[in-house]
Amino acid sequence: MLGTGLLKGLAVTARNLVGSFHDDARYTTVEYPEVKAALPEAFRNFPFLVSENADDPMGTLRCVACQICEKECPPQCIYIEKSKDKKPDANGKLQIYPAVFAIDTSVCMNCQICVEVCPFDAIKMDHVFEIATGDRFLELLLNREQLAKPNSYFHSIRPNEAAEVDARLAADRKAAEEKAKAAALAKAAAKPAPPAGAPGAPKPPGEPKPPTA
Amino acid sequence: MNGAAPIPDRLLERAPQMLRDALTGFLPEPWRWLVNAVIAMVLILAVFGLLFAALTLAERKILGRVQNRPGPNRTGPFGLLQPIADGIKTLTKEDIVPRDADHLLHFLAPVILLASAILAFAVIPYGRRLVAVDMDASILYFFAVGATTELAIFMAGWSSHNKYSLLAAMRALAQLISYELPLLLSWLPVVMLSGTLSATGVVAAQGSWKAGWFPAWNVFTPWGFAGFVIFMVAALAESNRSPFDLPEAESELIAGHLTEYSGCKYVLFFMAEYFGMTALSGMAVTLFLGGWQAPLPSLEFIPSYVWFAVKLIALLLGFIWIRATFPRLRIDQLTRFAWKFLVPLALVNLGTAAFWSLSAAWPGPLQLVRLAVAVLLVAGPFVLLGRRLSAGLAPRTYAYAP
Repeated sequence: MLGTGLLKGLAVTARNLVGSFHDDARYTTVEYPEVKAALPEAFRNFPFLVSENADDPMGTLRCVACQICEKECPPQCIYIEKSKDKKPDANGKLQIYPAVFAIDTSVCMNCQICVEVCPFDAIKMDHVFEIATGDRFLELLLNREQLAKPNSYFHSIRPNEAAEVDARLAADRKAAEEKAKAAALAKAAAKPAPPAGAPGAPKPPGEPKPPTA
Repeated sequence: MNGAAPIPDRLLERAPQMLRDALTGFLPEPWRWLVNAVIAMVLILAVFGLLFAALTLAERKILGRVQNRPGPNRTGPFGLLQPIADGIKTLTKEDIVPRDADHLLHFLAPVILLASAILAFAVIPYGRRLVAVDMDASILYFFAVGATTELAIFMAGWSSHNKYSLLAAMRALAQLISYELPLLLSWLPVVMLSGTLSATGVVAAQGSWKAGWFPAWNVFTPWGFAGFVIFMVAALAESNRSPFDLPEAESELIAGHLTEYSGCKYVLFFMAEYFGMTALSGMAVTLFLGGWQAPLPSLEFIPSYVWFAVKLIALLLGFIWIRATFPRLRIDQLTRFAWKFLVPLALVNLGTAAFWSLSAAWPGPLQLVRLAVAVLLVAGPFVLLGRRLSAGLAPRTYAYAP
């Protein structure tokens, strides 16, 4: 009969109106600036540099300025200058470090290719999205001090991925240690022979953190 | 005003009158009349101005809740200062008049619209003693003044020199004139049975109690219920409210006749829309819901103007509820609904009311027959006409493309 559909519609809106006062499922709005919706773990917006230690972020960057990400970046928003000297990394081994590492976030398109290609797990995607500034040139060009964030932050935004990365790094470290030990033993066994297989320092890019004591 | 009031006059009932007399009692006669009239005007403007502000907030809040969001909540506690913020914003905006517009008509349109909306408030009885102008033909006056809005809307559309405005104005004319007819036909039975065109007289005619407790409001009779529903549907269309807001259909006509209006004049249009809605609701309360009468004899200790306010606000919330629910009609659906459904129903309703009036003296058990026949006279045409109206249109079936 004419009108029954209208009454049904009125009932629907009335239920929603009353329900919005006591039923969370009917009142789904999150009042944004005060309350923030939980982001999914895979959300990605702008890369950041992982540092091992929150107290000394510049000293413990995982990045060794290999410049793969700079070369791979499709919109070319990454700029890296290698250091002239070497500094010990988190594991105490001497490494080149990025003297300048800058990302132009006005150019970055969040493709995550820099993360995919990094052999050192040094660059990861962040969860930030409130980066509005009054100056679109200098303030959107993030330098390494702004980009460096501790591993604990990485754990806080992506617990699963961070745990997996940590486990892999630890396993690699252990394997490298054992290899070094074996190499040392072999060296000790072949003491009189001239030093043949000892180019330990130059490392292939696919192999993370070389062994340390 | 309404001398033959059987209910004891309590203090609160007489308070507005006493207050006014205390203020103007010392004046000589012609001056006293003038000052009293000015006081009534100022009161109506103040009360309904504030109601307009409260209504805009309530509407946005309720629409928000219906749509799973909180509505305005940034200005003041719970967004209570939102109407003030809106007012400041719109009043400080630039008033832009198109170069090719007819400047005089462009200026006059909102003024006439608002004036006609405010004039309608003069004859509504807000309480037992609260009516600004008590005329013999006040209902006729009310609807005559209300018809002026059509002229004002067409003025707005024509003078803007804008194709959207003009299209909207033509639509508005088609819509408002179409719905003027069911609107007028729906309250005719009330006048027939009350035997008066005076709003206070109509309210007084609904003042008795059936069986000592059941209010004799028109809406509780079969013809009165049908008349009330037709009246409210036509009132929705007359006040350009959703789902009949075709004249300002944003998605089709930008903002219709409001396209070329900005700032203060734009607000005047909105004010007139809400005033018109309020006035029509007030008239619906007067004609069908017993005006300021209490719903039960035991509740008569509450002042009459409170009852009027309660009924008025209930109807206004109904308007908002309907706006929150229904999508806009198409123009052909709109006019077809008026001419093929509401007008025939209203005409049949005249006959129902005549039957109800003539059979009033039927003895005892025949009263049940009377009720059954009247209900049949209301429901039968509704079902038959409704079936014809939606024949071939519903229920819709959808098929995927092969």
